Amino acid sequence: MTDTAATGGKTEPGIKAIRLHHPWRNTFAVVLLLIVALFVADAAMRPAYDWPAVGKFLFDQRISQAAFITLQLTVYSMIIAIILGVTLAIMRLSPNPVVNSIAWVYLWVFRGTPVYVQLVFWGLIGTIYQSIDIGLPFTEPWVSFPTRVALSAFILAIVGLALNEAAYMAEIVRAGLLSVDSGQEEAATALGMSWFQTMVRVIVPQSMRVIIPPAGNEVISMLKTTSLVTAIPFTLELYTRSRDIAAVTFDTVPMLIVASIWYLFFTSILMVGQYFLEKRFARGIGDRRPDKKANDATAAMTGVTPVIRSGQPTVVLPPTDPNQGER
Amino acid sequence: MVAAIEPPMVVADRVSKSFGSNEVLKSISLEVKRGEVMCLVGPSGSGKSTFLRCINHLEVVSAGRLSVDGELIGYREANNKLYEMHPKEAARQRRDIGMVFQRFNLFPHMTALQNVMEAPIRVKGLSKAGVEANARTLLARVGLAERADYYPAHLSGGQQQRVAIARALAMEPKLMLFDEPTSALDPELVGEVLDVMQGLARDGMTMIVVTHEMGFAREVADSLVFMDGGVVVESGVPTEVLANPQHHRTQAFLSKVL
Repeated sequence: MTDTAATGGKTEPGIKAIRLHHPWRNTFAVVLLLIVALFVADAAMRPAYDWPAVGKFLFDQRISQAAFITLQLTVYSMIIAIILGVTLAIMRLSPNPVVNSIAWVYLWVFRGTPVYVQLVFWGLIGTIYQSIDIGLPFTEPWVSFPTRVALSAFILAIVGLALNEAAYMAEIVRAGLLSVDSGQEEAATALGMSWFQTMVRVIVPQSMRVIIPPAGNEVISMLKTTSLVTAIPFTLELYTRSRDIAAVTFDTVPMLIVASIWYLFFTSILMVGQYFLEKRFARGIGDRRPDKKANDATAAMTGVTPVIRSGQPTVVLPPTDPNQGER
Repeated sequence: MVAAIEPPMVVADRVSKSFGSNEVLKSISLEVKRGEVMCLVGPSGSGKSTFLRCINHLEVVSAGRLSVDGELIGYREANNKLYEMHPKEAARQRRDIGMVFQRFNLFPHMTALQNVMEAPIRVKGLSKAGVEANARTLLARVGLAERADYYPAHLSGGQQQRVAIARALAMEPKLMLFDEPTSALDPELVGEVLDVMQGLARDGMTMIVVTHEMGFAREVADSLVFMDGGVVVESGVPTEVLANPQHHRTQAFLSKVL
């Protein structure tokens, strides 16, 4: 059967081989660098980019305020979208058909119409519903106030972005929930946990690993989608603000560069945040992105000299000594 | 073995289960006494796992009565009518029935200790300190005191299954169901899990075990039930059934596995 002639415990010296060279990789890298250098040198000279203007407006107070408002729009609408999205995803998976249908209709409407159209609608809400009344239908309202006063353009922008985004988040979350092995739900159920407890304690935490990468994508996407709230119209965010300044100073290209730099700055920060979130939720599973602790080198084989003859079935057996671990 | 005057722990009375037109269980009737260890054996697809899952209402029976500790499973009976049970009541019934799965199904995002502590805290609402002390005792009982803070991914299959047993025991069940607990294990790890189960049996736990381990059935079980094609073909004292099977289907099956 097996013929594993383990020659004592003597370990052979490690292999020292001449490394395989990749000449084309290097050539390609050099060519690329040359092209980039050419482009940069050209861009530095080109008057249309007007770098002094870029420098002047990058930290202009109007721009930094607008950047801060863009960030606020992103954070607030994403928070609402995630909470609503998780709720909708759980609703879609609920055994209750009423709850399930509500979520389906929500998704149908908010995913089926462009976000720009939705934002225009939100902008018009003060015209469509001129006052917000609280009371019983067909009777005098107890409280009534004008919609335009209650809902500022800023709030409408957040609501519009959040409700649209929630539909997408719901599908991402649902995909995550479905990715968790059905045995997990069974085990939790068998322990007497309720459906809700099973979701919150067992299924949702495990699904986070699948949810976070596309959700990070959505946050970054949201940062840029905020430029559409001009449809409300809300004009204080980064893109519209820089366009407005450019319309006065005729610095169109430099203002675009200024806005881009700010967007890139924020997305970079968000990417760092995503990295740490992913690490957090890889607990207990993360062998794909190992901690430093788990990285210590283990010798999987030492001085094994198996002889496998051709035309002979060979079986590899585990150690026969049943000295089972720590028991 | 406890005196016969006490009512049996599990009573199945003509239990049937169909998935669509596929009848998986056909009129199963059997009793499991308190403190009894029953092994369910049979070829795959014989319905033994389905029967086990019916006992804690992971599957709903299509016909017949199934009761645990005198309480009908999944339904409430009043005025000669059966009422479907609210999920909350079903969950309450499951608290008292521990289940161990073939694929362990530990919660991978929790350590061994957290796995054991989860249900007593969330379901029974017990205080964390008391639960932790109990959980550590249980882990020590299955020989894993030092592994309390390990995540399941860093435990061997045998260790994971022993944590799963401790997790089920943490709810202090009156009945333990084992669904092929050693089938997913490397042969060298089977023994450690069977040892733990044997210890449980010795302590008087009522157990129903779906297994292919005939050695365990012979040494530990009080009764052995052979199922095939959704019916109970033969049952009796394990040593007798294994040594002298009466039915030709039992003979055919045993000749393959023994």
